[in-house]
Amino acid sequence: MVQPQSKTENSHYVLEAKNLEIYYGSFKAVTDVHMNVERNKITAIIGPSGCGKSTLLRAFNRMNELVSDSSIRGEILFQGQDLYASNVDPVVVRHRIGMVFQKPNPFPKSIYENIAWGARIHGYKGKMDELVEYSLRQAALWDEVKDKLNQSGLALSGGQQQRLCIARALAVQPEVILMDEPASALDPIATLKIEELMQELKKNYTIVIVTHNMQQAARASDYTAMMMLSKDGERSGTVIEFDETKHIFTNPKDKRTEDYVTGRFG
Amino acid sequence: MSELNNTQPPQMEFSDDLRRRNLSGRIWMVVFRLSTVVGIIALVTLLLNIINQSAGYVHYEAKVDPDTLRVDGIPLEEQSKEQLMSVLQNNLSSGAYNKLDRDKPFAERDRGEVYDLVFDRVVKYKVEETWLLWDSLTHSREIKASVPTEQSGTELKFVVWANWDFLRRQQSSDPVLAGVRTAILGSLWTISITILAAFPLGVMAAIYLEEYAADNWINRIIRTNINNLAGVPSIIYGILGLAIFVRVLEPFTSGTLFGITDPTTANGRTIMSAGLTLALLVLPLIIINSQEAIRAVPGSLRNASYGIGATKWQTVWSHVLPNAMPGILTGTILAVSRAIGETAPLVVIGASTVIFFDPENPFSKFTTLPIQIYQWTSRPQDEFRFLAAAAIIVLLAILLTLNATAIFLRNRFSRRY
Ligand SMILES: Nc1ncnc2c1ncn2[C@@H]1O[C@H](COP(=O)(O)OP(=O)(O)O)[C@@H](O)[C@H]1O
Ligand SMILES: [Mg+2]
Repeated sequence: MVQPQSKTENSHYVLEAKNLEIYYGSFKAVTDVHMNVERNKITAIIGPSGCGKSTLLRAFNRMNELVSDSSIRGEILFQGQDLYASNVDPVVVRHRIGMVFQKPNPFPKSIYENIAWGARIHGYKGKMDELVEYSLRQAALWDEVKDKLNQSGLALSGGQQQRLCIARALAVQPEVILMDEPASALDPIATLKIEELMQELKKNYTIVIVTHNMQQAARASDYTAMMMLSKDGERSGTVIEFDETKHIFTNPKDKRTEDYVTGRFG
Repeated sequence: MSELNNTQPPQMEFSDDLRRRNLSGRIWMVVFRLSTVVGIIALVTLLLNIINQSAGYVHYEAKVDPDTLRVDGIPLEEQSKEQLMSVLQNNLSSGAYNKLDRDKPFAERDRGEVYDLVFDRVVKYKVEETWLLWDSLTHSREIKASVPTEQSGTELKFVVWANWDFLRRQQSSDPVLAGVRTAILGSLWTISITILAAFPLGVMAAIYLEEYAADNWINRIIRTNINNLAGVPSIIYGILGLAIFVRVLEPFTSGTLFGITDPTTANGRTIMSAGLTLALLVLPLIIINSQEAIRAVPGSLRNASYGIGATKWQTVWSHVLPNAMPGILTGTILAVSRAIGETAPLVVIGASTVIFFDPENPFSKFTTLPIQIYQWTSRPQDEFRFLAAAAIIVLLAILLTLNATAIFLRNRFSRRY
């Protein structure tokens, strides 16, 4: 799990979902998903509410299995290796593939501790002060908080809290960052900041973002996966179209995608 | 849209009888307020009743008139230590005098102690008549007129029963000398054992049930039954404690395992048995309260922790527990408050009602405040009921202190951001 296997060393896909099905108990929430996530790109997942975007995203770092009763079928490869193989520890998966949630959720600790805690539990050996500063700078938050590192993370504004959560995720040196509607609770200016930040981050990280904001997907992402409930009446979501973002928005192959991105859905 | 066009709209008539709706709201408010008032009245009556019995005039008669104990015409108050010792010697049997000397040599006692001894052992004031606080305040003139205070050996004093001496003194069959020290120490020892046993066990069980146990039928049965256990009458726990701690675990609870061979406690009716029995009693409460506190920790916090690759243990230890701690502590202290007031299970496992020495270790015989109160209230003389009222005040003070501690701890823990 730690190093990419030789057979896929030249594969530029970081994550590959193959014939993926995700269940909550006997309810199949996501079905028949095929998609690839390319390194140092931003991949957006769009689609109407309840079609399984969050479910799919959480499957990419095994957060899903924290929900009792959930299970998957099919395959997710991370750098060519099966993410769900029995010898893979989900703790390692979540270390390498970090997550930022819809609602900012800093720890009820100081700003400094918010960053340092994750590094510490993974046995970080370097200088903690430097790591904290570096992570906060990467998240474009350093200048705003450098004088109040000992204040509570909860005392920040919503947008700052979300960037703190991004910094927290960065501090453990992941390769992929999954973001579940990271800006949906934020005002337009804070949203724009997060989008700018994503453009910075994709130089070093691979980003998968769920968003219900069409403009955001069109503006910020390189690839887009369009999800929708599959027609077979099972109420399972699936990726109906996956392509470069510009194709999805200008020249979609699927009629439903076209309706959705042009706002004519439903 | 098209669907709506095809259906006939229903009649749109409303009779918003605003006056009636507001009226019924107001009536309910009055009912709610009345319920609160009933509760408050009950509480105030209880408190007033206790306070009424906790102080008042007392008419004492001396067994030996202090006036007759003058040495060379010097009254007791002005006598030296040596003179007081001679009074003791002259009025006690030599056996009793020597026993006092053996308990604590007279050379080591100061004059005040000897003076107290003269009154406790020779003068021996007896309570002749007592009055409640209310009567003492409203009829003080009549009371004073009725007691011939000019007579030497007769005294009328306004006594607050819950006084310093009362806290300091040990049990006695003489209400003038009786105190609650033994019972307070017994209660504190017992409750310490209870906390030491029940708190870690309860919190750990709650962590297991909430964070680790799978959601299968066995665990659901366990959870339900912990809730049921919390409602089991306390006397059942007494019977359980008698069977387990007093009988089966006797070598442990009597301390013989640890080389303590006091024949009076070798039957296992010790503080250890009592504390562990009360621990069983509060364990379900602590587990339930802790589970609730743990469940109240938001899922977003757990996700945050798991999302950066923390293990379950790291998540529980660094985030779940600290955030649940205020609730856990509050719940524990409330449970412990209940245990402090318990009488029945301790009677069953054999708390001593009469005991004249302080508990020294967990393997001592003991009595506790509620048992002392129970014992005093069952005496026929008025003055013992006053002592009981005083002991109730002491018990309430301990409970209030505990609850204040709970609030303090909760605020301290929640203030960390
Ligand atoms: N923890 C869960 N347990 C059971 N069903 C769930 C759970 N989370 C989501 N679902 C179901 O899975 C489907 C997809 O949900 P979700 O992934 O949250 O959709 P989206 O993020 O696209 O709005 C929905 O039908 C939802 O009810
Ligand atoms: Mg969602």
